[in-house]
Amino acid sequence: MSRTHVSCNINGDDVEFLCDAGESLLDALRDEMRLMGAKEGCGTGDCGACSILMDGRLQCSCLIFAPEADGAAIVTVEGIADGDHLHPLQQCFLEGAALQCGVCTPGFLVAAKALLDRNPDPTETEVRYALAGNLCRCTGYDKIIRSVLAAADRMKEEVAG
Amino acid sequence: MTITEQRPSYRYVGTRPVRHDGLDKVVGKARYAADLVLPGMLYGHILRSPHAHARIVDIDTSVAEAMPGVRAVITGADFPDLPADDPERNMTRNLMARDKVLYEGHAVAAVAAATRRQARDAAEAIEVTYEVLPHTLDILEAMEPGAPLLHDDILTTGLDSEPSEPSNVANRTCYERGDIEQGFASADVVVEGEFLTKPIHQGYIEPHACVADTGQDGKTVIWCSSQGHFRVRSQTAAMLGWDTSRIKVIPAEIGGGFGGKTTIYLEPLAVELSARAGRPVKMVMSRDEVFRATGPTPGSVIRVKLGATGDGRITAAKAWLAYESGAFPGVWAMLGCMCVVSPYNVENFLIEGFEVVVNKPVNAAYRAPSAPMAAFATDTLVDEIARRLDMDPIDLRLLNCPSAGDQAPYGPKWPLIGLRECLEAIRDSEHYRSAPAAGHGRGVASGFWFNIGEASSATVNLNENGTATVVTGSPDIGGSRASMALMAAEELGIDVHAIQPVVGDTEVVGFTDVTEGSRATFATGMAVVEACRDLKGQLRGRAARMWDCDVEDVEWADGRATHSGGEHEPLALADITAEAGRTGGPLGATASLNARGAGPAFSVQVTDVSVDDETGRVTVERYTTAQDAGTAIHPDYVEGQMQGGVVQGIGWALNEEYIHDADGVMENPGFLDYRIPVASDLPMIETIIVEVPNPNHPYGVRGVGEVGIVPPLPALANAIHDATDARIRELPMSPPRVLAAINSGNGA
Amino acid sequence: MRYVAPASVAEVVALLAGDPEARVFAGATDLVPQMRAGRPEPSVAIDLKKIPRLTGVSLTDGTWRIGAAAPTADLTGNAALAADLPGLVYAGGLIGSDQIQNRATLGGNLCNASPAADSVPSLVVNDAQAVVAGPGGELTVRVIDIPSGPGRTSLQPGEFVVEFLIDRPLPSTSDAYLRLIPRTEMDIAIVGAAARVSLDGDGNCSSAAIALAAVAPTVVLVPAAAEALVGGPISDDVLATVAAACAEAADPIDDKRGTVAYRRQVAGVLAKRAVLEAAGRAGNGGGR
Repeated sequence: MSRTHVSCNINGDDVEFLCDAGESLLDALRDEMRLMGAKEGCGTGDCGACSILMDGRLQCSCLIFAPEADGAAIVTVEGIADGDHLHPLQQCFLEGAALQCGVCTPGFLVAAKALLDRNPDPTETEVRYALAGNLCRCTGYDKIIRSVLAAADRMKEEVAG
Repeated sequence: MTITEQRPSYRYVGTRPVRHDGLDKVVGKARYAADLVLPGMLYGHILRSPHAHARIVDIDTSVAEAMPGVRAVITGADFPDLPADDPERNMTRNLMARDKVLYEGHAVAAVAAATRRQARDAAEAIEVTYEVLPHTLDILEAMEPGAPLLHDDILTTGLDSEPSEPSNVANRTCYERGDIEQGFASADVVVEGEFLTKPIHQGYIEPHACVADTGQDGKTVIWCSSQGHFRVRSQTAAMLGWDTSRIKVIPAEIGGGFGGKTTIYLEPLAVELSARAGRPVKMVMSRDEVFRATGPTPGSVIRVKLGATGDGRITAAKAWLAYESGAFPGVWAMLGCMCVVSPYNVENFLIEGFEVVVNKPVNAAYRAPSAPMAAFATDTLVDEIARRLDMDPIDLRLLNCPSAGDQAPYGPKWPLIGLRECLEAIRDSEHYRSAPAAGHGRGVASGFWFNIGEASSATVNLNENGTATVVTGSPDIGGSRASMALMAAEELGIDVHAIQPVVGDTEVVGFTDVTEGSRATFATGMAVVEACRDLKGQLRGRAARMWDCDVEDVEWADGRATHSGGEHEPLALADITAEAGRTGGPLGATASLNARGAGPAFSVQVTDVSVDDETGRVTVERYTTAQDAGTAIHPDYVEGQMQGGVVQGIGWALNEEYIHDADGVMENPGFLDYRIPVASDLPMIETIIVEVPNPNHPYGVRGVGEVGIVPPLPALANAIHDATDARIRELPMSPPRVLAAINSGNGA
Repeated sequence: MRYVAPASVAEVVALLAGDPEARVFAGATDLVPQMRAGRPEPSVAIDLKKIPRLTGVSLTDGTWRIGAAAPTADLTGNAALAADLPGLVYAGGLIGSDQIQNRATLGGNLCNASPAADSVPSLVVNDAQAVVAGPGGELTVRVIDIPSGPGRTSLQPGEFVVEFLIDRPLPSTSDAYLRLIPRTEMDIAIVGAAARVSLDGDGNCSSAAIALAAVAPTVVLVPAAAEALVGGPISDDVLATVAAACAEAADPIDDKRGTVAYRRQVAGVLAKRAVLEAAGRAGNGGGR
């Protein structure tokens, strides 16, 4: 079976790749683009470890057929820092010890970025519900939630400052 | 919050630096086993049994072998059959079935092919002829005479006389002291109950994965996700019949383990497929495979009876514990027996445990294995005693609290332990001192885990610029690299970020046991400290050589060599390493040891819940945990372990369970219906780190990984009772079960 | 499997007509897990998301038109829709995580035909119509007539849902949906209940509809519960009758998520609560 040609923008770069039509975007990112940040924790949209933004929308890349990405703009965890300057979420996750094993971290960072992009001042409850699609088995979520709230504060200060 | 009992203050130990491996993990660069890609790499896929119990009549791989892209197909017949007395025999038969499949999901064959799809299609094309056998899924049923037998060679050990007939009961453990009849006779209150729990999965987010690259020289390199790569080496060697020297294991970053990655599932298969194909082979489990074929923690039936005097002294305890091991026997019942009444001083007890095989996946360790189920029984009943006597549940526990010198139920005398301090920390907490909100119920429970030591190795090398590299053999599953660096920083007196902690592969660092039993920071930390102390001696010698003085005149403190006579300006560590080439060469030290004197761990927890009495839904409104860490090397990661353990316990208590249909097929092998807690289910988990330093560790470390999961089961059961008057003795306390208990008036 | 993303309804009709193994999808939030669980791949996966009519949400001539392939996040993000049909929008916002709601659709939720589908009871109590395209052109079908059993619909080969039509509710009318899940998010409903209530000037119920999820092979309307409500104030006695009627109408099974007894009892509890919530909003004028 011939493979499908996909052109898209990933983390600011225009790229092309070939994929099987039934392949997930997650597999294409990992196998074709060697972007290993998004992880497969379940393959069924239940854990969020493969979260990416496609055209600004937070989605599980394991549920996206790779050809759907044609023409789309995709952001993965590898694309959320600004050059050598970490995103405040990344910085706050480090400082707040919001990760243990780290395998869920890329998904949490992308999902938290999607939240703060649309709601810069979320409550704890809003953060908890917005991240309910991301499973973490190590931390009990406590330090993740605190770190997202800290990042929101820091981003507000940056805007104000 | 940290409550410290007389420990020295440190410069680095007890601080909260950013972890060394953190950056890679927040930018997506950290490399886990499934992230590795090698040139020419093939993909492996396992064919698994659809039956809970069946004889394998025939396996025909001919169609699969001829399919496109297929480079190798293997079955159990391709591995040596280990003799019956080999301790790894069951492991090998779990990884690849021989003669019989013993649970749904049991591996029967594996394929390596050019693409994942080709491998999967070929595996599905393997034709296996089964003769389906009767199966048994229930512990009590499996213990009955006449139950379907999984193995014809299990003769129960630990009985008064050796049985003549095989059964599903692998062994009996017994601890006994005092006169139990008299103990109950002297009791004013006697409570008892039977408690049921289901198998629970560790639920790490990263599925098992490995890559094996076997060369024509008969050697192999394995990259894998494991809590102990030296065990991967030895177990892989055992299954292949190889000498361990042919196997090098490189630990990848590990995406969670909690005990579930202390054994192997894939590695020998990948090595054998790679050997046959002459190409590297990657194997990655699906989530479905993780649930069906990797180790849950056992389901259990536990009966406990406690007696207490009118003033609250526990006089007698009788415990009968049966743990299901899955398809091959484990040590779970024994561990449960060790823990079941350990938070209490009881003079008279009889504790009996039974290890039972059933047609379910083979159990693996899960965070304080076997202790949570035992605590569920005991601490629920202790709560009943407190209510019967109208006593505060913490006062009751304080009255019965063991301390150093008392004899633990499983034998040894307690060393210095911090249970009393944890009880007092909860009693004095703002949470416990404020009344629960209207309509909320409150529950308290305690938990015990013994922690272990075992073998560890560390190598510390000083670099010419005064920085250091710390290489250990302990895979980092929760921030242990940062802890190693902190202890090395404290010893050497250099900044924690001048130290690079590394987890070395099996060929660069000395033998190190698995990261389990809360041992990494304790035991491997001891090796790091010992190596650093060796280095400090070397540094004094180098300073003496630079100053041309006696080494006795050189002191080492705060990262500097000082001359006792004050005749020389102090030398910083970097001053000495810069001159190392002229004073004797590079500076490095290695320590390998068997760590003794692990400090037992206790945790006491309080929670407030609300219960929707029309639907049975339980909401955890507030949660506080106190845990004795000995010394918290990196408090952030101590808190992280405490919080993670509590939340796993909450999941176990409220919603998690293995569900099998009548044929023994797992019905919920995914995160949709195997319901681990999500962020919105939880409040913040308030932590109180109690520090009663372990005298057997240079910094007082006890190990913090496990005990936190023990109290949530009874704490939540007690809180639900407080809110509803319903006593629930079966997990999970999911909405249907809670509502049924409320409807029935008193307990399920 | 091939992937195609047609730009028009007609193209989809043509593709489906030529290939019985072809399948339409939008979010694939059910399709992908089903494929992973071993269900055969379709020959062609027809992506509906590139057809503007299927992804739009609009109000024209007093009727809401919701594209069958509009992600439910677009419903929760639509304030006017949320004011008119708060129960439906809330139900859409219950389906999975934020990640899922950026893909999952009302069309998929309906046509996957799970008895536990969260949005279907709300569509049903609001008497939503589905525009179905097929070889014979387009026709309008009541949503309640589409599910025919777990995983089965009354759609004929070659047919697919294009959009939903829902009349704007009258003043003093509102809806609500409640479900019971063990966790707070990410679960399939053990029981779901939707209510739509209209109140007259005296606060009496002038019309009502109650529908239940996950208690029967398909979503079920409970006319007895609606009849108990209409014509008087929503008293405790009436609510008890509603709960009893819902428990009676429920015909659930024991499965891994819940028991018969539990589902019957909780169906009544949720229906009662949904009625109160809908009535509370209706009493404040509903969406108008």
